[in-house]
Amino acid sequence: MNRSLPLFGFLLVLLGLSSHAADPVPDFGALARVPIVFNGRHQPLDSLGRNSLIQIRHRYSLYDAKEKRTLPATEWIAEVMMRPEAADARKAFRVDHPDLISMLRLPAKNESLGEDGKHYSWNQISPGFKEIEDQAKRILATKKDASQRDAFDQELLKLRNALTLYMRLKNTVHPQDTTDFEAELKAFEAAIPPGVAALRDQQAGRAYPTNAFETLLRYANRYDAAGGMEAPLIIPPEGIGPQVAWRRTGEALLSHIRNEPLPPAVGHWAALSTAFRNSDATGFNAALGRYDAFLASQRQLAPDRAKASREVFFNRLSPFYNTMPVYVAAFLLVCVYWFRFTEGARKLAWWLILGAFVIHTVGLVFRMWLEGRPPVTNLYSSAIFIGWGSVALGLILERFWRNGIGLAVASSLGFVTLIIAHNLALGGDTLQMLQAVLDTNFWLATHVVIVTLGYASTYVAGFLAIIYLVRGLFTSGLDAATAKSLARMVYGIVCFATLFSFVGTVLGGIWADQSWGRFWGWDPKENGALIIVLWNALILHARWGGMVRERGLMNLAVIGNIVTSWSWFGTNMLGIGLHSYGFMSGAFLWLGGFILSQLALAALGCLPPRLWRSFRAA
Amino acid sequence: MSAKSSPTRPTPEPTGPVALWRLPLKVLSSLRLTVVLLAFSIAVVFFGTLAQTEDGLYLAQAKYFRSYWAVWSPHAPDWRWLKIPLPGGYLLGFLLLANLLAAHLTRFQFTWKKSGIFLTHIGIILLLIGQLTTDMFARESRMRFAEGEFRNYTEGFQESEIALLTDAPDASMDQVVAFPQPLLRSGAELQNASLPFRLRLVDYHPNSDPELRNDPKSGEQFSGVGREFEFKGIPETHEMGSKNVPSAVVEVVGTDGKSLGRWALSSWAGDADMANVLFVGWMRSFQKRGDGSPFVRARRLVDQITAPQIFEVGGKRYTLVLRPERYYEPFSLILQRVTHEVYPGTDVPKNFQSRVRIDNPATGENREVDIYMNNPLRYGGLTFFQHQMDSSSMNLDNKPVTVFQVVRNPTWLTPYIGTIVVGLGLLVQFSIHLVGFLRKRPAR
Repeated sequence: MNRSLPLFGFLLVLLGLSSHAADPVPDFGALARVPIVFNGRHQPLDSLGRNSLIQIRHRYSLYDAKEKRTLPATEWIAEVMMRPEAADARKAFRVDHPDLISMLRLPAKNESLGEDGKHYSWNQISPGFKEIEDQAKRILATKKDASQRDAFDQELLKLRNALTLYMRLKNTVHPQDTTDFEAELKAFEAAIPPGVAALRDQQAGRAYPTNAFETLLRYANRYDAAGGMEAPLIIPPEGIGPQVAWRRTGEALLSHIRNEPLPPAVGHWAALSTAFRNSDATGFNAALGRYDAFLASQRQLAPDRAKASREVFFNRLSPFYNTMPVYVAAFLLVCVYWFRFTEGARKLAWWLILGAFVIHTVGLVFRMWLEGRPPVTNLYSSAIFIGWGSVALGLILERFWRNGIGLAVASSLGFVTLIIAHNLALGGDTLQMLQAVLDTNFWLATHVVIVTLGYASTYVAGFLAIIYLVRGLFTSGLDAATAKSLARMVYGIVCFATLFSFVGTVLGGIWADQSWGRFWGWDPKENGALIIVLWNALILHARWGGMVRERGLMNLAVIGNIVTSWSWFGTNMLGIGLHSYGFMSGAFLWLGGFILSQLALAALGCLPPRLWRSFRAA
Repeated sequence: MSAKSSPTRPTPEPTGPVALWRLPLKVLSSLRLTVVLLAFSIAVVFFGTLAQTEDGLYLAQAKYFRSYWAVWSPHAPDWRWLKIPLPGGYLLGFLLLANLLAAHLTRFQFTWKKSGIFLTHIGIILLLIGQLTTDMFARESRMRFAEGEFRNYTEGFQESEIALLTDAPDASMDQVVAFPQPLLRSGAELQNASLPFRLRLVDYHPNSDPELRNDPKSGEQFSGVGREFEFKGIPETHEMGSKNVPSAVVEVVGTDGKSLGRWALSSWAGDADMANVLFVGWMRSFQKRGDGSPFVRARRLVDQITAPQIFEVGGKRYTLVLRPERYYEPFSLILQRVTHEVYPGTDVPKNFQSRVRIDNPATGENREVDIYMNNPLRYGGLTFFQHQMDSSSMNLDNKPVTVFQVVRNPTWLTPYIGTIVVGLGLLVQFSIHLVGFLRKRPAR
């Protein structure tokens, strides 16, 4: 065997992983690791930036056409929080629907003016805020059920959510119209003693200096409004105890009026903000160093800091995003192998997929470590895990048969599931906290993992069948030996799928019995899983009874793809039941298209053998 | 490819009259029937799931899974003409069971190679029977109470009862005569040997709305709550998360056949939960109209509608009430403390927990225990689950309230055993396959 091949494969994988390393003067790398709390989750500032950008712009970074450079998420969020008027001019909002674009009078595509017809800035959209609000009110009032809303309605609500999120971010460090936070903070502290004295006099019915009183009231209103925005929590607790929690800057400033000491973090953020606004990179880095030293001195924050650093590393690595091209390359190599029979292509594909699988696994384990959870906690991670399981199965198949089929399944399913995962990530934070009902590692580790492996194996059987049907129908390359090996693979995998989907499904029943008091509640997701079990059992019995042979087995296995997709996504689209925690509707068309394609394939599979290119000669 | 159509296991065809009676058995035990039944099961599960969007979980279950026949029609008005008849869950369950048993009686011979399939089938039989017995014997109810309160009964979700309470010899207890749901029909006569009168159900609405009488004259014929309030019948609801609130008009008739008064009864008054809903609704409408002191006025109305309806016959006082059906237990729970935690900076619930004290005078047991998500209390043949998990709700006295789902299921262990047996069976069978497959492969 050529020894350089595996090495080459690994190098390719590593190339795919190397990320850009632009080094602007402010130390955004250090800023990225600053811990904060948002949506109930402790995370680094970098994750807040990334998850916000993916929601409003569908990307993890922002490309500025005017400056001809890409802003990493942390740089963008620093700007939003500390120099919002600059961020307001950046085209951070993705607007796709043509009616929405015309309603808001947004400029059409025009390269010379720097308009791409897709991305718009806060300043461009802001004249239309009232219109957006009115439309949103109408939609929410008349179409309560999400399934009644059309594409325009959904895009409008999505844009409204994006704008709301952006507003929350703008009020994180200080009220959005602050010009110099350090100076404001000084003025605020100076205004408190006379203001409080005036307040006391007013309460006691004595004469009081209106000026001092109103100044303080103005500050109080300002911080109350900013605190009410539900901005991220950036002020860490000092000391240890159940009452001590992360707070918003607005809250901390308000309590300062009530004689509570001002948390040092507020001062640090003020220094950061003022330096950032003045484009004083040295001052900014010094302030950041001081804040980092302060955080390090707080023992109770050590776990948060450590987790934030880990998560930033994970974000940089982007193991799932970066393995996608490797799977594509491997799939192309398998095609080359099938048409040219060059063993080298197959071997290279093997090593590529193995390399990608290692990174896929590392990513999966790293995610588990970050969350402190089993691998599957939401729809996004189920896609990652189904991909992982399919690739593992494909690799095992390839090790036995060495005919490229396992590799084709591994690379195609690996790629497709990661694409699905990437699109699911558009919803925002993929590491979000769990609903109370799911908060049990034992059942997540058993029921969810096993049932997801059941999905993965049913898909693997289905994709093997696709290979059989496509190669048999449209090429002359499906010889009897390959056909027989495919049939054995499908049969074996269906057995495997039956075991996993059955055990996974009934474990779910036991979980339900433990937490709700009924073993089986006919909930849509439960029913979806039950249909997979029944379908696999049907395939096995039809085959044992001699009702189907090779081609029939393949057609049934292809239908298995539909059954699994229904259970995975279709049931979530019904929007009812205890399991519908991940509703997405744009995917509805994709699901419909996939189901139709599988039906068409199974219909073609029913054609008599004389119409199959591979069987015609025989 | 040529498809041979010989069965996998050719059996010698018996001849003569024997063949005739064997035919149904042969069909019943055939794999072909298994496949057909599995296909229908998939169809009924699929359409039963779709129907839940319209019918709600409970009704769809009854229509498709706890039935022998069902007909599915699409949601959209333009497609209403399409009707798909389906066998119901019970029919399929029984047929699958019969198919399985027949197959094992006639054509299945036990060999070690098939031990896995054997085990799997035994487990499936257990699961099917377990589901059936659960349907027959399990009872779901709930327990709702506020901090500091105690309960020695649970309440039905759907079922209601008309109850008559009198003082028992033991002053701390009430004596209760209850007429359960099946008896509640317009025109029904309710009587019990221990009562010196009978109740005539003049009117019964399975679902209703309360209204203040505009014209006080219309309520003159009533005693009690009916003088000020009217309960109008409305169509029953099947939606998830909404509830039917029954009401009734009852005439108390003495042994001499003379009327002793006419009463309006409603779950709006008899169910503390519903009284709470009324309170919030009234308060909001007063606030909206800009009326003064909405809290006090709403509270006064609620006190009015929930006022006990008492009458006297033969020197004994009776309280009449329409309420969710109660199942009494020989022990009681006292709610000590409700804990509701959310994730920092959000309203997303993290934990919902109730600490209760079990007090069982019969056994002398008296201890405290925590009930929370995924950690139910199994006691006295019942299982108590922490039910509501959204937000902390309060009762009218501003005390936090907890709701337990309470299940009595004497056969709750069967699915556990069935699952283990099937899982084991599949594992054994596929391991046999796998080992065979690996043996056949030449060493590489």
